[in-house]
Amino acid sequence: MKQHLITDIKTNKNILGCYFMTVQNLGKFAKQIYLKGRNEMEKTGNPIMKAHSSEVEPEMFRVLTPDGEIIETIDGKIDKSLMLKMYESMLLLRTFDRKSINLQRQGRIGTYAPFEGQEASQAGSALALAAGDWMFPTYRDHGAAIIHGQELYRVFLYWMAHFDGSICPEGKRLLPPSVPIATQMLHAVGTAWASKIKGEKNVSIAYFGDGATSEGDFHEALNFAGVYKTPTIFFCQNNGYAISVPFEKQSASKTISQRAAAYDIHGVRVDGNDIFAVWMTVKEAVERALKGEGPTLIEAITFRYGAHTTADNPNIYRDQDEISTFWRENRDPITRLRKYLNKEGHWNEEQEELVLKQFNELIDAHLKKAEGYPKSDPLEMFNHVYAEESWHLKEQKQELNQFLKKGGKK
Amino acid sequence: MMGKNLTMLQAITEALDQMLGNDDRVMILGEDIGVNGGVFRSTEGLYEKYGNDRVVDTPLAESGIIGSAIGLALNGMLPIVEIQFLAFIYPGFEQLVSHAARMRYRTRGQFGVPLVIRTPYGAGIRGPELHSESVETFFAHTPGLKVVAPSNPYDAKGLLISALEDPDPVIFWNRLNCIGLLRKKFPTKCTEYQSVKQKWSRRKRSDHFCMGAMLREALNATKKIEAEKGWKCEVVDLRTLYPLDRDTIVQSIKKTGRALIVHEAHKTAGLGAEIISIINDEALIYLKAPIKRVTGFDVPVPPFTIEDHYLPTVDRVKQGIVETISF
Repeated sequence: MKQHLITDIKTNKNILGCYFMTVQNLGKFAKQIYLKGRNEMEKTGNPIMKAHSSEVEPEMFRVLTPDGEIIETIDGKIDKSLMLKMYESMLLLRTFDRKSINLQRQGRIGTYAPFEGQEASQAGSALALAAGDWMFPTYRDHGAAIIHGQELYRVFLYWMAHFDGSICPEGKRLLPPSVPIATQMLHAVGTAWASKIKGEKNVSIAYFGDGATSEGDFHEALNFAGVYKTPTIFFCQNNGYAISVPFEKQSASKTISQRAAAYDIHGVRVDGNDIFAVWMTVKEAVERALKGEGPTLIEAITFRYGAHTTADNPNIYRDQDEISTFWRENRDPITRLRKYLNKEGHWNEEQEELVLKQFNELIDAHLKKAEGYPKSDPLEMFNHVYAEESWHLKEQKQELNQFLKKGGKK
Repeated sequence: MMGKNLTMLQAITEALDQMLGNDDRVMILGEDIGVNGGVFRSTEGLYEKYGNDRVVDTPLAESGIIGSAIGLALNGMLPIVEIQFLAFIYPGFEQLVSHAARMRYRTRGQFGVPLVIRTPYGAGIRGPELHSESVETFFAHTPGLKVVAPSNPYDAKGLLISALEDPDPVIFWNRLNCIGLLRKKFPTKCTEYQSVKQKWSRRKRSDHFCMGAMLREALNATKKIEAEKGWKCEVVDLRTLYPLDRDTIVQSIKKTGRALIVHEAHKTAGLGAEIISIINDEALIYLKAPIKRVTGFDVPVPPFTIEDHYLPTVDRVKQGIVETISF
């Protein structure tokens, strides 16, 4: 990727060729929604609306426009087979995500955190990694985890609250979803630091959201990574909301990527719904890290169409229908790639139907496997607290075992 | 190793030196531990010997230190973290309890965190505010962590090596004012986590359970009691605070039927309460008197002009022994 194509906060270079969404670029209907959204923004201060209505929208790197036009060169970087892989990955994730919400509604899985709308960020970043790279996801990043090699039935198991839902696939370095916000960013500094010490050619990527950037661990992780020049990629999906709190209440910074300048590390703001741009940005961050040039902070602008979790009601804090419609109709990551692939003759409706059918079957097979998976034994709670079981755990395990054997109930 | 006099501090430095020399995976991380050799000088000379990459002066950020050490440990290194004073550990508390302690559990044994956190604790050094804490209970209440508190240089060296060899995270406490204690011989291998009986007599009248630096107060008090009244006591130095060495506690109480617990941490929900509970579960019928606790009071550690009144002193321990035996 040419350096000048990237929003380089560090050098504050003025980037030519960067694509901005402006009113002129939108179709008539989209324009109405856009204007409506803009009014909404003015009423509510909604940052996502603001991001797309303001004349001074901060620059972001974009390759594929919402109309399915390529505006940067991808020759020698993204070939047809990778494009199809990207497209199918996003389709698989969306199908999985929708299925999961239905399963939660049916009581077959527990509370679930949906990611629909963020497929380009998750699949694009994960596809840019190598098999040996370390991944530290959050609870909304099972999309990235799946693309990095996590099996679908294990993701179901995780949301079914089964111990084995956090198990990392053989030969991979995928950690369980981090629940405490921003804490995992430091682990990705440590693993990358160790890789550097050992001379291993891999990177560590930490996923987090816009809310995480307010945490102390965000600062400490960027600072440590900068000091030790670790091969770490900090991948922020800025979806505009930390549950209900919009980004403008989270921070006075106009962008998240600009924070990189404070640590003298590389920072990039990218269209998180453009899988080409995300992939190229992460790929370049990986290359930079492996060359010993240190960490990169990536801010991917995206939007979750749904609620924070299945236990959340977004109508309380935003005009959910309007804003989701706006994003679905104007910024959807899958639609824009489909438009491009259709135009290029790489994809058609029959293929789409066939692949969707296959994905539904695949997901159903994994669901069946997860639902048929042996339930967690209550006594399993005592395992793996320590490498070697201590006396008090042995006794407490025995105590519960005897209680259950005598017919004791939970 | 015979015949060598080492202070607590020298014993720790010697253990660190030995571990850095034996295994390239070992790294020490902390604030002022490199060029400066540590504010207590416990890493003195190690930076010069092993260099910047192994003895690392980190940014001033405890969560950053512990969090990145977790990552280092996940990826095959053996980090030993120095937290300058115990009360400064709180910014890294989340990393310890939410990640270090749970990593093995949540990955079902796939990833462990072989991490050692070494931190000085306790009052008596005439330190400023928040330089004198003894809050072992926070950590001893956390499944997945181990907590050790040696009372003397010999145990300090052995336990530090044990902690490093442990595949799980261990918090190693060294009492600030134990730094000058002398011992004659020193281990080169690990020391068992189990507690040790410091003194034994067949005519014992009472047990003491104590931890860390309180050993000195306990031993001095028992010596005085023996001289004044002819009563003998067995003193048990617990060494490992979590998991506790129940067997030694129970064996001892079965012999004497009386116990006094000495710790400098606050009384309420302190480890003394847990020890009483163990005795209650295992040896209630052997008790001849209520178990007493001589501990720090339930107040923040006060300014150093009056901190000695906060701490269990020899006289308070003596009084506790008299009350327990005269019951």
